[in-house]
Amino acid sequence: MKIRTMGYMIKQSLISIWRNRGMSIASITSVMASLTILGVIITIVLNVNNISEMAKMQFDTIQVFLVDELDNEQINKLGQDIGEINGVRFIDYETKKEALERMKEQWGDKAYLLEVLEENTLPNSYIIHLENIEIADNVVQSLNDMEGIEEIKYHKEILETMMGIANFVRTVGLVLIVILILITMFIIANTIKITLNSRRQEINIMKYVGATNWFIRWPFLMEGIILGLMGSIISLGIVYFGYEYTFNLINSQFNMVMNVRVISVNEMMNRTLPIFIVLGTGVGALGSILSLRKYLRV
Amino acid sequence: MIQFRNVSKVYNKGIQALTNINLTIEKGEFIFLVGPSGAGKSTFIKLLLKEEEPTQGSIIVDDVDITKLPRRKVPHLRRNISVVFQDFRLLPNKTVYENVAFAMEVIEAPSKEIRRQVPMILGMVGLSDKAKQYPNELSGGERQRVSIARSIVNNPSILIADEPTGNLDPETAWEIMKVLRQINRRGTTLVMATHAKDIVDTMQQRVVALEKGRIVRDEHRGAYGYED
Repeated sequence: MKIRTMGYMIKQSLISIWRNRGMSIASITSVMASLTILGVIITIVLNVNNISEMAKMQFDTIQVFLVDELDNEQINKLGQDIGEINGVRFIDYETKKEALERMKEQWGDKAYLLEVLEENTLPNSYIIHLENIEIADNVVQSLNDMEGIEEIKYHKEILETMMGIANFVRTVGLVLIVILILITMFIIANTIKITLNSRRQEINIMKYVGATNWFIRWPFLMEGIILGLMGSIISLGIVYFGYEYTFNLINSQFNMVMNVRVISVNEMMNRTLPIFIVLGTGVGALGSILSLRKYLRV
Repeated sequence: MIQFRNVSKVYNKGIQALTNINLTIEKGEFIFLVGPSGAGKSTFIKLLLKEEEPTQGSIIVDDVDITKLPRRKVPHLRRNISVVFQDFRLLPNKTVYENVAFAMEVIEAPSKEIRRQVPMILGMVGLSDKAKQYPNELSGGERQRVSIARSIVNNPSILIADEPTGNLDPETAWEIMKVLRQINRRGTTLVMATHAKDIVDTMQQRVVALEKGRIVRDEHRGAYGYED
């Protein structure tokens, strides 16, 4: 295609967009709304995925808190027994002192709150590293039979809940997105139909003087693409600022408690930008093709 | 050269529009296509423009059987066979110059050529001084001349005129005929469907008469032959 031709086509598309301002705005808004909702879903899904991945790494352990009264020999014996259970990779021993240190580290600049404790009430514990998280139940069963254990703490349920939420959000999100994208496509198709009608005469003449089919189609296709692109750019802006705001909020409030990092704004944008651009232009192009196939017999 | 070989056209609803048409039109000829409404003139033109496909037979234009031409090549056929309509079909928001230039722009002619060709053609149809005016500022005859200018600006070898004088008063009609005659003298084959008896009778060109989808008469230096 010649550059002059491309210029001509873009100009035609922009003129149509301006002439049908109402429908154009409706189309752009529709793309924007769909993609913004998609953006919200993507940010949630990616974060939940991220959290559960990190959790998997952190939580493939079982922590066994020991009864305070055990002497060293009993502790060693228990350690040996635990080490022999099927599925245990290795175990770490954490003294009550170490436990307090770790807690202070986690709490960061709020660690001074722990200073008020007169006595370290944290128990000694074994941290059992598992070969995989799925066998946690079996290991726990074996542990239940042993003496000298005060409490068994493991995270299978948290993990399962988290995976459940992730799957739920993914599924609902996907269905929602498909519906929204279909609606958007039809709105764009309708906009293009109006343009087609308002330029029927011109198209007719173009056909009679021998314009090629693609020469006739391109401006309409471009109109759809431009509408889609505008919608996706606006929604990218909304998602960017919305996420930045939420990100800062979460980081200042929850980071130290949950010990989980939220995906950074830049990384999130790197991931969503290509999706948005592709989807925006794709929906726009498909919408116009839908209309062209139905109403433009060249 | 145009050649219809045993061409028949039956529409979907079973209407027999053309029956076994055999006709050869030589390059540079001027022919009138006459006959009552519904005789098949419109179908004849549509077949030639490949807007419709014949049910039977073949149509050869410049050694190419256009019934076998794939759809994507139709635009190129239409650059060679141009058409002028009774209702002008000008774009109201474009000037005379722009309307004519439009035909060149949409086939991606170089702008240098457009700037050279359009004024020349406007001069040929006698509209040089109206170039900047809009269609609604022109008389019917002037509008039809713009339409003719647009149809020949890409140098087609065949020009089809579908009742080009149908909307015009007799005097203006003759102006249009002069322009068409001039185009034909430059070597463009001209096929004109018409009901204008006095024009056909005066021009003394080849006349092909259609009736109920058949050619009933084909004479050189013919007359209209109907009483209207």
